[in-house]
Formats: sequence, C-alpha cells, structure tokens
Amino acid sequence: METTLRIRRFNPGQEKPAPYYQEYAVELESSDSVLDGLIKVREKLDDSLALRCSCRGAICGSCGMRINGQSALACKTKVVSVAPQGGTIQVEPMNNMPVIKDLVTDMSTFWKKIRQVNPWLQPKGPPPPSEYLAPAEAMKHLSGVMTCIMCGVCVSDCTVLEIDSKFVGPAALAKAYRFVADPRDAFTKQRLTILNYSGGMWDCTRCMACVQVCPKGVAPMDRIMSLRAKGMAVQVPSTSGSRHAEVFTDIIRRKGLLDEPMLAVRTLGLRNLPRLFGMIPLALRSLVRGKVPGSGPLHRPIAGIHHIRRIFRHTRKKRRT
Amino acid sequence: MTTFTYDVVVIGAGLAGMRAALSAHHQGASVAILTKVHPVRSHSNAAQGGINAALTDRGDKWEEHAFETVKGSDYLGDQDAVEILAKEAGDDIIALEHMGVIFNRNEEGRLGTRRFGGQKRARTFFVADFTGQAILHVLFEQILQAQLPVYEEWFVTSILKDDHDRCAGVVAFEIQSGKFALFHSKAVILAAGGLGRVYEPSTNALICTGDGMALAYRAGAPLMDMEMVQYHPTTLKGKGLLISEAARGEGAYLLNCHGERFMESYAPNMMELASRDVVARAEHIEINEGRGINGCVLLDCRHLGKEFIHDRLRQINEEAKIFANIDLTEEPLPIRPGMHYQMGGIKTDIDGRCWDIQEKWNGVAGLFAAGETACISLHGGNRLGANSLLDTVVFGRRAGNCAAEFAKEQTICKVSDTQCEIDRNLVQAILARKGNGDTVADLRYTMGTTMNRHLSVFRDHEGMHTAQQIIKQLQERWDGVAIKDKGRVFNTGLISTLELRFMLDCAETIIAGALTRKESRGAHFRTDYLERDDDHWLKHILLYHSTEGPPRMDYLPVCITQWEPQTRVY
Repeated sequence: METTLRIRRFNPGQEKPAPYYQEYAVELESSDSVLDGLIKVREKLDDSLALRCSCRGAICGSCGMRINGQSALACKTKVVSVAPQGGTIQVEPMNNMPVIKDLVTDMSTFWKKIRQVNPWLQPKGPPPPSEYLAPAEAMKHLSGVMTCIMCGVCVSDCTVLEIDSKFVGPAALAKAYRFVADPRDAFTKQRLTILNYSGGMWDCTRCMACVQVCPKGVAPMDRIMSLRAKGMAVQVPSTSGSRHAEVFTDIIRRKGLLDEPMLAVRTLGLRNLPRLFGMIPLALRSLVRGKVPGSGPLHRPIAGIHHIRRIFRHTRKKRRT
Repeated sequence: MTTFTYDVVVIGAGLAGMRAALSAHHQGASVAILTKVHPVRSHSNAAQGGINAALTDRGDKWEEHAFETVKGSDYLGDQDAVEILAKEAGDDIIALEHMGVIFNRNEEGRLGTRRFGGQKRARTFFVADFTGQAILHVLFEQILQAQLPVYEEWFVTSILKDDHDRCAGVVAFEIQSGKFALFHSKAVILAAGGLGRVYEPSTNALICTGDGMALAYRAGAPLMDMEMVQYHPTTLKGKGLLISEAARGEGAYLLNCHGERFMESYAPNMMELASRDVVARAEHIEINEGRGINGCVLLDCRHLGKEFIHDRLRQINEEAKIFANIDLTEEPLPIRPGMHYQMGGIKTDIDGRCWDIQEKWNGVAGLFAAGETACISLHGGNRLGANSLLDTVVFGRRAGNCAAEFAKEQTICKVSDTQCEIDRNLVQAILARKGNGDTVADLRYTMGTTMNRHLSVFRDHEGMHTAQQIIKQLQERWDGVAIKDKGRVFNTGLISTLELRFMLDCAETIIAGALTRKESRGAHFRTDYLERDDDHWLKHILLYHSTEGPPRMDYLPVCITQWEPQTRVY
C-alpha cells in the first residue's frame, strides 16, 4: 500500500530556519504503524529526519507526535487507522511545546510541571519493618493511573494549555492524583491545597481531549475531577474554582437551569470588585447579542423542578451510605 | 572545553543506573547521571512480568530461589553472587514498596505473588504486567526528590583514563547541541543496558545498542559470558515484540498445530514454566519438524477468563490487539522465540567493580557496572524470568554503595583532553564522509539478520564462522558509512552511526565466545557439541579488546558454594 508521509520539518541549523513540509512516498504493510513508516523514511530515504523513538510497543513514551492533527504515539497508530486506503498522512511535532528539530520537541517545561506536584510518595513517620498494608482494590485502582508513560500526548492536545501556559496540565495532575489516592501517602490535604490555586486542578475546562488521546487509558480529566471532589471533601481553602462548582450545583438544585450572571457574581464574590468590573465588557457584549438570560428573581425555576430536586436528594443519600 | 566534576558519574538511567545513583547519593557522594534518553524512556520499562524474591517471613526460602537460579543458569552462574541476590532480594523488594511501588496485593493487603518460569514456588512480585515501568517511574520520582543532576540526552563516547590506567571520568556530547564535554569523576558506573539491537529482530528497544559493554571493552575491561544470549519463548512475529512470561506464569498453554501442549514431551514436570532456554528450544524443534503454524506456535490464554486477563495481563492483551490483531480472550496468539537478553556483559565482582581486588583478572580500576550491561555472573547460561529486575536493584544498589566508598579514598585526577579530541575528531570525520553507498541501516540489518541466523537457539561452527567473517567485513565497511545530515543539532543519524560501531564490537565478542565454547550449556546450544561438558567448560570466557585481530581470551573458574552441577531436568 503506497502511503505518503507529509512531515513537518524544521532544522535550526539552517540559515534562516523556518518550518516546512516534506513528502515521502513509502510502501507500507497493513500491519505497519506510522512509526514503521517514519523509520522506513529515515532508513531508506532520508536519514536526516529527526524523531525520538525506542520501544516500538507503546511503553517508553518517546514517539508522541501529531498525526493528521491529533496527538498520538506513532508506534501505536496503525497506518490503516488513519489512511485506510493509503493516501497521505500528515505528521507534525507535538503542540504546546517548542520544537527542537523536525518531530523532536523540547519537553523541559513538561517535566518542570511534573516536578511541581511533588511527585514522590510522602508517608508519615518511619516505614514499617515489612511492607505497608494497603487494600488490594486501592492498589489496583492506582495501577490504572501508573500506566501513564509521560509521553506528553495529553499536554500536546490540551486546549487550556493552548491559551494558558501557566496551567500545570493533564499529565502532572494525573500524576498528582496517583499520590492523593495512595493510601500510604500522608500529605493528601497539602497536595490538594497546592493544586487548589491558580494553574491547578480548577483550570481544566473538561474538554475531554486528554481522555480521548491518551494512549494508555489514564483518562487524565477523570483524575482531575476526582482531585476536585477530594479537595472539596477535605475542605481545601475556598477558591473561585471550588466556589464555581458549589454555586453551579446550588443553582441547578434550586432552579434546574443555570443562572449565569448569578454564577459569576457568587463565584467571584460580591467583594471582589476588580474582577466583577472586569466582567462588565463581557456582559455588555452578551447584552448586545441578546445573550443575557434573566437573572436573580427574573430567573424562574423550570417546570418539573421537583424532579431535579429529587435527583439531588437521592444522590446525597446515596453518597452518605 | 566544558568540564564537570563529580565523585561518581552513572551512565544510564534505567533501574540499575537510578538505583546505583540513589545509593551513592545516600552514601554522601556527589553524583550525576548521564543518559542518552530521558530516564523514563529507558528499556527497564519493558520488563513486564515481575521481580523475584523469597520473602522468608511468608515461608519462602532464599536457598530455593538461589538453587533454581543456579539450575536455571545451567551451573554457569557464580554461586557467591547468586546467594547474595537471593538473600538480599527481600529487603530490596520492601525498600521499593516503601519508595512507592504499587505492587499487587493479596486480600490481606500484603504483597501478592505469581509464578514464573524455572521456579516451583510463586515468588514473583508484580504490578499487573508493567512491573518494570511501575518501578522505573518510582525510582525516577526518588531521583527528583533527591534532586540529583540528570544529563538527559547525552551520548557517552569514551571512558577517560589517567596515566595509571584508572578510570577518571567520561567523554560525552549533548545530543541537542552536539557539544562535547568532559566529566571528571573518581568513579564511573556503567548501567547502560543490553545489546538487543545487535540482533534483528529482537524484543529490545531501539536504544539497546550495547554502549556500556563496548565502552568498557574499548577501555580495557573484559567482557564475560558473551556467548550466552537469551531467546525468549514468546515474542511476536515480525518486529519481535515481547509477550511476557507472566502469561504462562498465570497459566497460559503453549500449543502446536495439532493443539497439543507439546511441552509435555520436553519438560513433563514444569511444562510451559521450564527455563526459557528449554522452552525456546522446544518451540524451535516443533516449528522445524513441521508442527508449527507459519513459523510460530500458539500461546493460548482463553481458559484464563476475560476478567482475569483484563486485570493481570492488560498490557499484553492490548499489545496483541494492536500489533497482532488478536484478542487473547478469544483466540490463541501465534508466537515464537526471539532474542531477548544478554546474560553476559562487563565482568564485575559482587560489588560492581570492573577490576579484581585480588588481581586474578585484569580490569579498569574506578570503573563499575550494574544491570544487563554487567556480568557478575549471576545468570550464567540462562536467566530466569523476573531475575533481571532483581539483578538491577540488588547489584545497582551494591555498585552505588561501593563506588561511593571507593570515591572517598580517591582524589580527582584531572586528565588531559586528548581523548576528547580523538572523539571529537571521529565525529567530525563521520560528518565529513562522502560515503561509499553503505548506509547505517543496511549494515545494521545485515549484522542483525546474520546474528539471528547463526547465533540463535541452535548454533554450529560453520554458521558462526560465517558470521565472524561477515561481522569483520561490516567493521571495515563502517569506516565508509556516511550520513546526509551534517549538522550538530539532534543528529540522530550520527547517533545511529556511533551505536552501530558499539554493536559491531559486541557482535564480535558474542561470536568469539560462542566459537570457543565447545559444548552445549544454557542458551548456548551447539548442534556440533550436543552435551554439557563440565570437565572442560565449567568456566567463564573473558574477552579483552585487542586493537589488531580478534579479542584476547582468558578464563575464570565458576564459583561453586553449595550446589554441585547436576543433570538439568524440568
């Protein structure tokens, strides 16, 4: 099956370096991965192509890149899954990190953010003479997070990082969760308090991109949501992130429909005048487009609100048991 | 010239390297790690099944573990080293657990075990089927906590030596910039992993190019047991990816084309869980005698049940789906033996020293080694599954401790940058080559397929002699290989060229050892010498680099403490 690999290239050693696309036609088998294709290019057509790769089996995390616009491990992406009838496959370096050369990116910021969550076990006191006792289920649950191979694919496709480089990101938060959920770790509240502030667990917009692209089924966003729940359970200091969740739930429970202006005001707090004033231009733009719904007393509960309240009562009871 | 100075420099950041660095650090030494890939990209990741230890507090005996390791080695393992491995295993497992490894638990919340090949008792501790990865990431966490400097993506080109022929550091260049630097140190620990890519195919990652062994060899330290190359019984056709022994440990069957569990006729007691060399030979015979299916036999997991496979064999089920298009819960998987592990390596003593304090053999003072790159010899003629992870943590720790102690007695010896000039000139010469039409890929492929043909499960003089001639030619042709990329930034073509040179060194020693050992023992099975010959060959072959001609050879007796060689039956 003849396939064309259209590769985004960049060589900083050139005079006036600028990225460009270069196409390579290679003959591939239906069992081949995109990495097999790239290796073929490197071995048969152009040994100047730079990429990282090692295990070929989706365990070392070296070959994260964008394939037809979506981040993935090249070794785990079958050619037939992205180009069933042959044709062209576009291969580019990962997003949200600088490019060093061709498909090789600079992951130093990625690692700096991993380090930010103090990613090591912190038990209390001296260790027991033998192993720590820990429930089998808890360890099995953690092994679902420990499968993370730090490939950077989730970070590459994270839509928050695209506009806010301060966000610690899905990989680091999944790593943090691994310690928060570890029964042997004694610093749960401290960890959650660190993650509670700006750039931490509340900055995820739940777009699901990380869950979708993660090659190991780590589901970083789900871990972030668990972190939030655990944070509220241990009562980390109230921040706009946790208030947003609380107020959101409260409004839905009472009205069945979101009262957006109220959500903003209560989340930011009535005393937070600078932030509230900052919202005015947005409010005006929304007004001009007729997008400001009624608020406060004008915002009536929906018909059948008692059903919604019943759901709330039911979930609360269930959570208590 | 940029120079760095440390007490101890560790080359490689897999399990052995990071474990060594941590213990040297805990002894108070200033330590740096140099690695050609980021630590979590290391090949220790690929160890799937688990790590052995006889925990005495739950009724296991270290002597049983030691005996099975010795028997597995076909009595070529040095028994003093094996005893240390088995005795210290328990403490190291518990230490790993305390660091944070999420080992599988039993219902009481204590560490759970599974069975592995060559052993009668379940003493393999595990994290699903990604044990290596789970431990590697935890050791990396410990390195972060200790704030040890890690020189990521640095490629080491030479071991530095002072006027007294002692190790004085390394020469390396940063892959991202191509800039050379000198690392002065009182001790160097080589933990650079195995040499799998000398073979094609191999279960090993593309980075496993025998760098550590070749660096030591070129520096004058001997390599040992190099003829002992393990073929793993269950690898995928094609690229040769590994399917963990955990599958058989958990009860999977091996079937031939008639649906028979053929191991019954080769190892009636241990069946699928006989030693790897025994199972690999059995599979080869089945395939050669026409009872295979397209060059493979079948691994059948279906009777284990969906839920069990999902919990305990998750990664290999996923791997089979992606790379072989087979769901283990529904179909048997075609597999065959594939090159997997090098039992041999840089000769070290039980504390990782690459020289003999009793001066019975020559080496390089100040140089240490641990992990697959080293050979104590623990694994002798054949390594038991789940002993390699154990080897890295036990002997990584010991090498780190010993290197730190050694460093306390030494002073930094500044050596001239002659070696650095030589290496820099070599790189410049490679970049300047016009080329004779040979490519790195062609040479590597020829080397790999040659080794896989003539130095695999069954060997004979004629085949190995042919391989020796081919490798010699490839070494000559290496001088003419050119690459297109003439730049210095992240030049992966340059790295492959340098790695190929190291791999050719390794191939040369494997063949030299294998031609010399005129018997069949462990993984080294010769169709022209069918029997094990304890009278003549109960000894190790040491290989020294020689600038002209084949490697110089020497021999060392096998250390026997309590287990006299017996006939090996499974």
